[in-house]
Amino acid sequence: MSSQPQTGTQPLSGNNVGIVRMLLVPLALIISILVGRWSLGVMKDAEAPRLLVVGVALLVGVFGIWIAYWLCNELLNLIPSETLREKIRPIIFVGPALALLIIYLVYPTVMTAYYSVLDKNSEAFVGLDNFVFAFKNRTIQIALRNNLYWIVGVTTFSVVGGLIMAVLFDKVRYESVAKSMIFMPMIISFVGAGVIWRFMYASNPPGVGLLNAFISNFDYKPVAWLINKSVNNISLIVIMIWLQTGFCLVILSAALKAIPADIIDAARVDGASELDIFWRIIIPSLKTTILTVVTTVVIAVLKVFDIVFVMTNGNYETEVIANRMFTEFFRNQNYGLSSALTMILVIAVLPVMIINVRNARRQRG
Amino acid sequence: MRIQRFFSRSFVHFAVITIAFLWTLPTVGVLVSSLRPENDVKTSGWWNALKHPFEESVWTFKNYSDVINANGIDEAFVNTLVVTIPATILPITVAAFAAYAFAWMKFPGRDWLFAMVIGLMVVPLQVALIPILRLYTATGIAGTFLGLWLAHTGFGLPLAIYLLYNYISQLPADLIESAKIDGASDFTAFMKIVLPLSTPAIASFAIFQFLWIWNDLLVSLVFLGTNKVLTVKLSELTGSLGNKWHLLTAGAFVSMVVPLAVFFALQRYFVRGLLAGSVKG
Repeated sequence: MSSQPQTGTQPLSGNNVGIVRMLLVPLALIISILVGRWSLGVMKDAEAPRLLVVGVALLVGVFGIWIAYWLCNELLNLIPSETLREKIRPIIFVGPALALLIIYLVYPTVMTAYYSVLDKNSEAFVGLDNFVFAFKNRTIQIALRNNLYWIVGVTTFSVVGGLIMAVLFDKVRYESVAKSMIFMPMIISFVGAGVIWRFMYASNPPGVGLLNAFISNFDYKPVAWLINKSVNNISLIVIMIWLQTGFCLVILSAALKAIPADIIDAARVDGASELDIFWRIIIPSLKTTILTVVTTVVIAVLKVFDIVFVMTNGNYETEVIANRMFTEFFRNQNYGLSSALTMILVIAVLPVMIINVRNARRQRG
Repeated sequence: MRIQRFFSRSFVHFAVITIAFLWTLPTVGVLVSSLRPENDVKTSGWWNALKHPFEESVWTFKNYSDVINANGIDEAFVNTLVVTIPATILPITVAAFAAYAFAWMKFPGRDWLFAMVIGLMVVPLQVALIPILRLYTATGIAGTFLGLWLAHTGFGLPLAIYLLYNYISQLPADLIESAKIDGASDFTAFMKIVLPLSTPAIASFAIFQFLWIWNDLLVSLVFLGTNKVLTVKLSELTGSLGNKWHLLTAGAFVSMVVPLAVFFALQRYFVRGLLAGSVKG
């Protein structure tokens, strides 16, 4: 990026609207409409070869969007007033993104807040009844309690574990291989992780699940890890820790490497022990990074639904809010309660959202 | 002194290797089981296969052919590709234009809109389910690939804009200014200078979005209807196949092959993307 731009050699002509380009505008318009119509036809046909659909989507999606942006730009160049052009141009650049954000995130948030004060079928206004019901309902109380367990358990173990690993791994030569091994679980889907851990926890047929086989060596009876109420929540939390630690490790290890080596060397020369270095130098330097990692993990944990959905579907007192929300929405079609539960999630992430926005603003100066 | 050092070093090696081994163990178990004959899987733990690894009767690919042919994993695989590829590319285009505008163009309300984008990064996806499903049912695109592509594009945008903004705003200002002095419009400057230079940032976002969509269950479950993707299919199989571990493990591994390949091939960009800001959870 240090190379200078090649100025002068190739004058970039942006505002010269030649007669050929004027003709290209309507042509591009016609072509994109035709391709768009054809692709919609193909997509509605259930028997259409799937890979053809991808091809068409790529064609329409990528080239169609490029053509649309280009087309708008060309049309804009037809406006004679320079100041007016410069006022409209940003709209072309941010407009589509904003439209999508509003349709897919802003509008739904507002609507969900609205549905949460309506009844089951979104017909009558019921005030805060859904929230009151939620906090009185035993299953949802369990879900709230479990969410708290998840947040505390997963965040503590994955951040502390990630930190310890970051320090340990820093000292070995095969660091990147070891890190990849810890990180790998994050790459596979929650559903895939679900299968992996169902297999780990399996108690039927006997002798197949690794954990039960292991404890049977010590003369313990096989445990139904996902059903037994005294261990099943921990069993689920372990899966999430297994998934999240790699993320914490990668981020913390990068921050660790950013600590100047001479500070640590100087401390060592002065006779500081490894523990002193850890508590007095490493931890204070990593403070901001740890905060970032903690907030990211907390949000990830709050939103998790897939693991519970696949492992127990919330039975045997393993419910969490996100899964309850899905059950109320899909099985019970209780839109009011389901929206209220979603709003509880939104309110829970609100502080993090504010911190995020503030940080970003400070960075921009 | 020397002996003490030796012990602490071998302790570190021991700890690192043990941790890495324990972390990988569950996945290895699934891989090994998926390659064992049905009867063996039913009667003995997967670690027994590793005791006699060189006997041919211990290994088989039959589980894979069974689960692919009989359980519709092949169709789910193609469906996942159909969903994933366009939904990865679409948000990049839209986000790149927006990121450029936030970084290098002046317009009223810019700071507020950017704050909104950052704020939306943490909004739980769940808020979209009911309103968007109603919108889709009203417009007739519920259950279509088009609806899913657009949904994933919308949900991926805040992170995409943020990552690309971080990168594009760091480009040297001279680059863009001198292009403008030469008579280039913002459009030309974006297309000819900024976009080619942003390839690394685009690559890291693309990997995130790809993996995120490949692994997504919730959005596909709600918006896609009968065209099942791998995650949806696999979560159904865990219900219906129960303890047929030889099939379940093979199915799980099919769903993991592509993400693992992407991760190991493009690790460099992946880590860069992780460090560039945040991840969508």
